[in-house]
Amino acid sequence: MLNILKSRLIKGVVTRTIEPAQAQEIAALGAELESLIHKRFRRSLAIREVDTGSCGACESEIIAANNPIYDLQRFGIQFVASPRHADALLVTGPVSRNMLTALKSTYDAMPAPKFVITCGDCALDGGVFKDSYYVAGAVKAILPVTLHIPGCPPSPLSILRALVAFLKR
Amino acid sequence: MDRTDVISTLKNKLPGVELLSVAQPYPDELRIKVEARHFKQTCLALHTFLPSPIMMQFGSDERAAAGCFTVTAVFVHIRSAQWVSVTVDIPPGAPGFDSLSTTIHSASLFEREIREMFGIEPRGNPDLRRLHLHDEVWPQGNFPLRKDFRQPQPGALSGYIFTRVEGDGIFEVPVGPVHAGIIGPGHFRFSVAGEPIINLELRLGFTHRGVEKLFEGKTCADAVRLSECVSGDSCFAHSLAFAQAAEKICGATIPAQAAYLRAIFLELERMYNHAGDIGGMALDVGFSFPAAHASLIKEAILQLNEQLTGSRYLKKVNAAGGVAADMAAAKRALLLATLKRLKTDFQELVKSLYASASFMDRVDTTGVLRRKTARDLGVVGLVGRAAGIPTDLRRVFPGVHREAQFKMALQESGDVLARLRVRVFEFEESCRLIETFVGKLADGQTTGVEPQLKAGSGLGYVEGWRGPVLYWLKIDSAGLIERCKIVDPSFHNWPGLAYAVLGNIIPDFPLCNKSFDLSYSGNDL
Ligand code: SF4
Repeated sequence: MLNILKSRLIKGVVTRTIEPAQAQEIAALGAELESLIHKRFRRSLAIREVDTGSCGACESEIIAANNPIYDLQRFGIQFVASPRHADALLVTGPVSRNMLTALKSTYDAMPAPKFVITCGDCALDGGVFKDSYYVAGAVKAILPVTLHIPGCPPSPLSILRALVAFLKR
Repeated sequence: MDRTDVISTLKNKLPGVELLSVAQPYPDELRIKVEARHFKQTCLALHTFLPSPIMMQFGSDERAAAGCFTVTAVFVHIRSAQWVSVTVDIPPGAPGFDSLSTTIHSASLFEREIREMFGIEPRGNPDLRRLHLHDEVWPQGNFPLRKDFRQPQPGALSGYIFTRVEGDGIFEVPVGPVHAGIIGPGHFRFSVAGEPIINLELRLGFTHRGVEKLFEGKTCADAVRLSECVSGDSCFAHSLAFAQAAEKICGATIPAQAAYLRAIFLELERMYNHAGDIGGMALDVGFSFPAAHASLIKEAILQLNEQLTGSRYLKKVNAAGGVAADMAAAKRALLLATLKRLKTDFQELVKSLYASASFMDRVDTTGVLRRKTARDLGVVGLVGRAAGIPTDLRRVFPGVHREAQFKMALQESGDVLARLRVRVFEFEESCRLIETFVGKLADGQTTGVEPQLKAGSGLGYVEGWRGPVLYWLKIDSAGLIERCKIVDPSFHNWPGLAYAVLGNIIPDFPLCNKSFDLSYSGNDL
């Protein structure tokens, strides 16, 4: 353990695996995001994620957005365990018929004011699964959607960019 | 035992069974056809003497061409490196076949799937509950994989009956489908007596989105893209298995350069997932430093993927006939340099885990899946190797892996620690494999051929990071897909998780679950 701590201290902050230009962009976007969240949400934006039939890559990227490179949490974004603590619902995947009820009850469990974000092409209109017999329709036909983050899957950086652009509006 | 021996042994064991036809369309596929009344006997014989679990079992609606449904069970014969399939014709009036599930456990889920998708009854299967089409939302009597299915017709809805455990002090703890983390949906119902779990029932299917039906009528080029969306952490393994099935049918031989590139990407996919899971296991016991460290390794590989192919998840890389882009010298150098750094980082990660007594205490003897149970359930891939089942398709069908003297991971104890050790071994082995394959790449080679369209059927298979990913594909004379059956290793392994957690406490469930890390979307299709 001591060895590891020592090596950590020598290596310092781990932005070494990314390009300096990208690191700068993350830092700049993050600063902007932080001040926007501070202004509009009084310090923190709490997000509850719901997978309504995604392939899993969208989740993987949302998780990556919380790794030490992007670390959305330091800018004031928290992914919360309960819809009762959430300001926003983040939906991934086409809506499988099996998830329709769960999606609606998760939304209903959130306190107002609340809003819905869709993440990934599937969540916009079903994406590659649009024509399936088991897709219940686009999220926006079921819940009021305020922001869509495009991509298949959207990278952590594009999630960050989309959030900043949206909060600036 | 070689190829012909499979047939002669089968004939010896089953004197009363007439083999209607025996065909070897490809060197690695042996196809047997029997009468429906001999289906069970034949499968049981193959199951015991090959020996093999049911690797896949599926129905097909051939009513338009042949006037019947068919059901096929596929086994793998490791010694002769071939897939042995048994097919029966099933007449359309009140279709059914004799269930294998009371003897071969690995058939049970497949039979339930065939029943809900085609309306073909597995006679004698004690559990007929639907898997993917939930009774609460999908009316009875609608069979989506039948060719004449258009829209669901109204019909009776019902509910799902969970297994009930009764007795003094038994509590039921239902969890999901929406979980606390950023993770796919599934319903877990624990029955506990005090702390220990005495039964876990999994209800999945929440991400069912009709994938197999969506394949039908597509061209191979479109279908490759769809296969990348079946299980998002195995985009490459899935598109590769699909592409190999298509290439087999078309008789296309891919250039050596493409074979090496595919092997490299397959190993990169394994590496980022293994690193992510090792971090996940650390996180689930609250050991956050190595978890963060592992997530950086995963991120580094995702970024490397993007630099090499333009996609973090290796999408749009595979095509039927080869790979879309070559890897120039500069990229090869980048790959090798990154690997070198990752290896050091990874060793540090592993050291920090193995050196922590409290971490080791949590993973050692937790979530044990015994070899016997694993074999009985037909568990495959990584989880199987951690329980002492020495099977890896990279060894059975080595291809280019032979040139790299591939070494298979194997553990005996079947606990969380064993699954961790398999991952550690495989991560390091993948590094070594990639280094070997990069050395075989050359400049200015072609990386693909244009496949000539041909009607036919074939099996594509890949050892993805979880285990074997299988695609059984049938293409019609217009080059469109008639039927595509997909088996993700998760489908075999979810029942294994339900056994591994028995006797453990619920707080250890996330850890056990992470050590399996099965796909919801790959299972639910
Ligand atoms: S948008 Fe793409 S990555 Fe996201 S769930 Fe759909 S297929 Fe998967």
